[in-house]
Amino acid sequence: MTELTTFWHVWVSAIVIGSMIACGILITLTFKNQKYNEETDQTTGHSFDGIDELDNPLPKWWMYFFWSTIVFGVVYIFIYGVGDWTGFGKWSSIGQWEKEVAQAEEKYAPYYAELNKLSVEELASNKDALATGQRIFASNCALCHGSTATGALGFPNLTDTDWLYGGTADAIKHTIANGRNGAMPANGLKPDMTASERSDIAAHVLSLSGRTGAGDASKGSALYTQACAACHMADGTGNQMVGAPNLTDNIWLYGGSEKQIEFTIENGRAGVMPAWKDILGEDKVHVLSGYVYSLSQK
Amino acid sequence: MKHDIVEKNLPLMIVLIIIAISWGALAEIVPLFFLKETTQPIEGLEPLSAVELEGRDIYIREGCHVCHTQMIRPFRAETERYGHYSLAGEHVYEHPFLWGSKRTGPDLARVGQRYSDDWHRAHLYNPRDVVPQSNMPAFPWLFEDKIDGRDTPKKMTALRHVGVPYTDEQIATAKDDADGVREIDALVLYLQQLGTVLTNKR
Repeated sequence: MTELTTFWHVWVSAIVIGSMIACGILITLTFKNQKYNEETDQTTGHSFDGIDELDNPLPKWWMYFFWSTIVFGVVYIFIYGVGDWTGFGKWSSIGQWEKEVAQAEEKYAPYYAELNKLSVEELASNKDALATGQRIFASNCALCHGSTATGALGFPNLTDTDWLYGGTADAIKHTIANGRNGAMPANGLKPDMTASERSDIAAHVLSLSGRTGAGDASKGSALYTQACAACHMADGTGNQMVGAPNLTDNIWLYGGSEKQIEFTIENGRAGVMPAWKDILGEDKVHVLSGYVYSLSQK
Repeated sequence: MKHDIVEKNLPLMIVLIIIAISWGALAEIVPLFFLKETTQPIEGLEPLSAVELEGRDIYIREGCHVCHTQMIRPFRAETERYGHYSLAGEHVYEHPFLWGSKRTGPDLARVGQRYSDDWHRAHLYNPRDVVPQSNMPAFPWLFEDKIDGRDTPKKMTALRHVGVPYTDEQIATAKDDADGVREIDALVLYLQQLGTVLTNKR
């Protein structure tokens, strides 16, 4: 509830209740001061262009309607209050929200409690969990990973078995809950890298997936060891501890053309997976983990 | 009846009408000017940096607020989707506020840190690249245009006059801070801080 000071509480109450009383007085006086209480052909004396203004009483239905709005106001105040007084209904918008949340909690808590008893692997074959997980995925994850979870340029495909940070149930859950921060430095560990050296490295990287580039792959191999191998490993299979992708499988997060690879080397990459623990809560992260885990289990 | 006094005297009628229609405002609006809840910033709220402020002006210039609200109402359906309902104290430094009134797109009051910078850039360049069903317009020019910082200190000074606590130092460095920043980067910076003071906790 708002915290009105006494002054403003009195101010609001006085205006609201005062206006209602004033309206009541106005209608009473107007009714009392009527010259005629029946319809007559008496005029007010006001005549314009041959048209006379009749001096008839207020219509009864109109007057009752006016009174009923005042009664409505009184009832409304008793239910919803005025100023700082919350009325007998004790209503507040935050109170209503808290009630909605409590009701939903009561309804869904047992459902999530049931699912929480299952492991992520078990959830992946539980029909209810998959349906719930799919909806959570559609509202929160599909923006980046796509509604079919196949990803996009810069956003990983979750349906294949190529994982940046690991595809075990625990790794997936950890990724969803805490997020991930990719950190590929520009030019790897060799800040003074030249364009031709980049081209050589790109040629070596292409060779890892059985392709050739314009650069000298053998020179690139040595440079690779110096600049890239610390994360992507000497054989290019990557390191899930730091989220360094496997370069040998011809699956490319940022595109696998020679140009795209050179661009990635030159500028580095810092893909970010946001943390969802605080947004979704533990229960939903758990169910969602089951859904994401299931995607690559087919 | 004496109503002809009012009816035949236009200035008097105008004054009485103004008094009559001010009554609601006196009870519903005036107290808010003096209420702590609506005039005090929530804990941790800082004025936008020079670049974020320019990002906000791009947000206004491109009409983002026409389709996106920044106001999470206290309904469970909204707090489930967007996070904690909006508080008045989060918006005390905003002139004008960007609460909006129509949602063609989703509410953005707490979009900050929800998606990565890369996603925002991809999405603003062409929304269909990442959300195929989207009907949001593309904003490719933001990637080429750069901010002219000449007006940034003036904007901050103007905001200071209406109560935003910018320091002299912030205003002094504002031009250099904002000058030459790509518009897309300023906009993403602005978006990524939206609603983050009050964390996303339910």
